[in-house]
Amino acid sequence: MDLRTLVLQPTTRTAGRKLLLDAAVALAAGVLAYGCATQAKKAAIDEPDPIHTTAAKLPPAELGLPPNPIKYNDDKGETFAVPKPPISDDYWPCTQCHDNSSPVDRTRRVLKEEHTKIILEHDAEHRWCLDCHDAMNRDFLHLASGVTITFDESYKLCGQCHGDKYRDWRVGVHGKRTGEWNGKKQYLLCVHCHNPHSPHFKPLKPEAPPLRPTLYR
Amino acid sequence: MAMNAEPKMPTEGCSHGGCDATPGSDPTGDKPLGGVKLSRREFAKSTALIAAAITAAGCGTSALETFKQTRLREMSHDELKAFLVKLEKRYEARFGTHVDVRATPHAEGVKFAYALDLSRCIGCRRCVHACVKENNQSRPNPEGTHNNPIQWIKVLEMDKEKGIDLNEAEPYYNPAEVPREGKFYMPVACQQCENSACTKACPVQATWKEPDGMVVIDYDWCIGCRYCMIACPYGTRRFNWGEPHLPKDQLNTNTHVLGNRPREKGVVEKCTFCIQRVREGRYPACVEICPVGARKFGNLMDPKSEIRAVLETKRVYILKEDLNTQPKFFYFFGV
Repeated sequence: MDLRTLVLQPTTRTAGRKLLLDAAVALAAGVLAYGCATQAKKAAIDEPDPIHTTAAKLPPAELGLPPNPIKYNDDKGETFAVPKPPISDDYWPCTQCHDNSSPVDRTRRVLKEEHTKIILEHDAEHRWCLDCHDAMNRDFLHLASGVTITFDESYKLCGQCHGDKYRDWRVGVHGKRTGEWNGKKQYLLCVHCHNPHSPHFKPLKPEAPPLRPTLYR
Repeated sequence: MAMNAEPKMPTEGCSHGGCDATPGSDPTGDKPLGGVKLSRREFAKSTALIAAAITAAGCGTSALETFKQTRLREMSHDELKAFLVKLEKRYEARFGTHVDVRATPHAEGVKFAYALDLSRCIGCRRCVHACVKENNQSRPNPEGTHNNPIQWIKVLEMDKEKGIDLNEAEPYYNPAEVPREGKFYMPVACQQCENSACTKACPVQATWKEPDGMVVIDYDWCIGCRYCMIACPYGTRRFNWGEPHLPKDQLNTNTHVLGNRPREKGVVEKCTFCIQRVREGRYPACVEICPVGARKFGNLMDPKSEIRAVLETKRVYILKEDLNTQPKFFYFFGV
């Protein structure tokens, strides 16, 4: 997936209504597909993960703060304003589909019906969907302790393993802030830049190089 | 003024034929002026005529005003205000659209500094082009006689094996995808030195350090001698060799008098940390565009700023630290 496709477009509301719901299931699919399904991987490259491509775009630089940043307090009482998590509105809320009407199948398996485009490349050997997504309420994530958190607070979840990055992010060294250097700042969530299912940055095409002096008169 | 307005340049003089401009072939001993022989009387006459024409056309007043105009730093509040209005009129005539020229002053207790994470930069050059757009740099002009594109940021590609070695740096890299295996990238723009060599070299004091840290240029006072460019050890100053090519539709009309207002031919320009943005609380354009969050900006005096966090917790590298230029641009290793 191209990094640029990960950029948040708050106004995009065109994709179908099931995406987020599908996300958790697809995550599981990804886990199981990881070992055996290189073809699925190829397909995923051709048709990228719909959740994180249709929704997520970084706010354009000239716009500054995107509309309606969500404010909340973290566990140390600090307030972070973050833009909407990069989940397509058409897939939110997850409980549209994951309504607990049928029992949750907690076995690790390849998801063949939904979320088939999500490929888990994030410690897939040890992890699958329900390690992060809450099985009982799919509109939430949960920490290792079992405490549920909203998608806006997903940085806490990431911070459980990536403590050094989390510390850097809190003081503004890791990640990116937009807004004002001396006023209203907005922290991008980890998932605005890193696809949570495949967090490594993908290479980019560079913009044009400078002209060599010999090329102009 | 009159001299510049003389239409008889050497090429033109020869192109209409019949003109005898070859040096040494002049029997009267009159010096050729731009390839056309003129007697002293004829020259005086034409000069006077041109001067009269200019005055009649009304341009003379502004030319005279420009001539009488003092440097920006010495202007009183009212003079500065009048000057900004004049500049806006000048740009309106040049671009056919309103250009907002402001002179937002520095704030007390602010010292700007910049940090760039060398372990994150992938060399995608988004910053270079965002900077060009934001700061009204001259664009490539394939049709003009002076194709003089200007970019304030230069991204250097270097070998991880060799480390930071400016002799081996490659600014023209253009692979299909970055980052390339075994390479790292180092964007270089003005380092906003506390102990700046460029400002000392300027013979007319057209460049100086503002109290909030940016080294700025008075574009109307610069005489184009380029001493500052020689003095700068980082090679980050740029010169407008030709008339800057800035199409109207690419103009950023939100400008600062010491920053991104459109420049003229023959003046030096450089990065100002986006003075038009940062003096109004915003981040520089390159910080906002960077897709990997490698660029950090903030107030050195504010203990809670990102820049302080970088300086206090990371390994920091200062380019050519041994020169004692004391840059306010820090490279660091976030990983």
